[in-house]
Amino acid sequence: MRLILACALLFAAGSLPAADYANLPGGRFASVLPADAKTADTIVAPFALRREPVTNAQFLAFVKTHPQWQRDHVASIFAESRYLAHWQSATTLGNDALPDQPVTQVSWFAAQAFCASENARLPSWNEWEFAAAADATRADARSDPAWRERILNWYSRPSNAAVARIGGEANFYSVRDLHGLVWEWVDDFNALLVASDSRDQNDPDRLKFCGAGALNLRDRDNYAVLMRVAMLSALKAADTTVNLGFRCARSTTPGTTP
Amino acid sequence: MKFIRLLTIVLVCVASARAAELPGDSVYRLPVALTDQDGHAFHLADRAGKPQLVSMFYTSCQYMCPLIVESLKRTQKAVAATGALKPAVLMVSFDAAHDTPEKLKLVFGQRKLDATTWTLAHTDAASVRQLAAVLDIQYRALPGGDFNHTSVLILLDAQGRIVARSEKMDGVDADFVAAAKKVLAQPAN
Repeated sequence: MRLILACALLFAAGSLPAADYANLPGGRFASVLPADAKTADTIVAPFALRREPVTNAQFLAFVKTHPQWQRDHVASIFAESRYLAHWQSATTLGNDALPDQPVTQVSWFAAQAFCASENARLPSWNEWEFAAAADATRADARSDPAWRERILNWYSRPSNAAVARIGGEANFYSVRDLHGLVWEWVDDFNALLVASDSRDQNDPDRLKFCGAGALNLRDRDNYAVLMRVAMLSALKAADTTVNLGFRCARSTTPGTTP
Repeated sequence: MKFIRLLTIVLVCVASARAAELPGDSVYRLPVALTDQDGHAFHLADRAGKPQLVSMFYTSCQYMCPLIVESLKRTQKAVAATGALKPAVLMVSFDAAHDTPEKLKLVFGQRKLDATTWTLAHTDAASVRQLAAVLDIQYRALPGGDFNHTSVLILLDAQGRIVARSEKMDGVDADFVAAAKKVLAQPAN
């Protein structure tokens, strides 16, 4: 038993320290995307979220042990040609990708695979939104105009500026860098803006969607969050962008995976 | 026993060799375990070798999904009418929690689907999300059990590359049929 433990420690010592996750309580939450597509609150189950986005150094360690995710091995259906293109080589970061910068230019599939490798998954949109509603002292600061202003200022920064390093101010849940650093993938990125149901047979353009009722955006003044919804909705799963990274989540309710 | 083990190794090697032969942009690169309306387990990549029409749906869908089925039938018929092979159809359910093989079988009968060319299939929720992602289909579960989703017919070539897509649910999409005719053309004798 002790030997196994020693081996495990030896292995751990050879790699990066285990990622740090914060526990979030979940609860009733007023999402900008109401659960019933009208006004209903969303119930977010308790979950754990990575305190910081995944860094270049962490993603490099991952591709070294998972060569199928190196940029010269990955199938194009899982990651387009710009995947990790800013790295010096498939297994070297180089000058344009600092170890403690968040990794960007990663596809949804690659992000999913990384999270699975640390026994986690991508957060759902609602989980991400729940965590990102906090400021340093409040669980939900979204109605504060000053909070909105601060976030909007980040979105107005030119996208060709270098991505900062991780380690911004911790929020109420001790999670960092949800705003102000990179956009982040969520597991259900392709579920956010499924437009209205149409029963009008005469307009083929409107015959794209099925289900009960139109999807409405609530809280239309929360531009910062709505911009994120719009951006994520425009993506395909193999896409990468210079400002799009990710962090992972875990379910903490007993009996769920992971 | 030894023989069985050897056989297993050979089969696994053949399977991975086949995956490696697929082009990088093949949908069949995605490992998805499915179950059809008769309870048979299969892998998405097993569909390789023949062009397919693919779509996603759920059985409790009252309005749009029957339209998708009818549109697929019309498209199948229109393609066959050009002298090309009748394409196989694969519809995978969004509703991992409820669409059991029994439910799929029920719809199979109700919609009078052709058992020689049609497959309705179930997979787990995580695979539904991944499959929808490679097919560029958006969907969202609603609290009442319904789904909002893109309704689209997708044409895959024999190696699983997306050749064409159509969101036309009334009548026949001539461009889509023409694309299907091309990949399903019978070899000239």
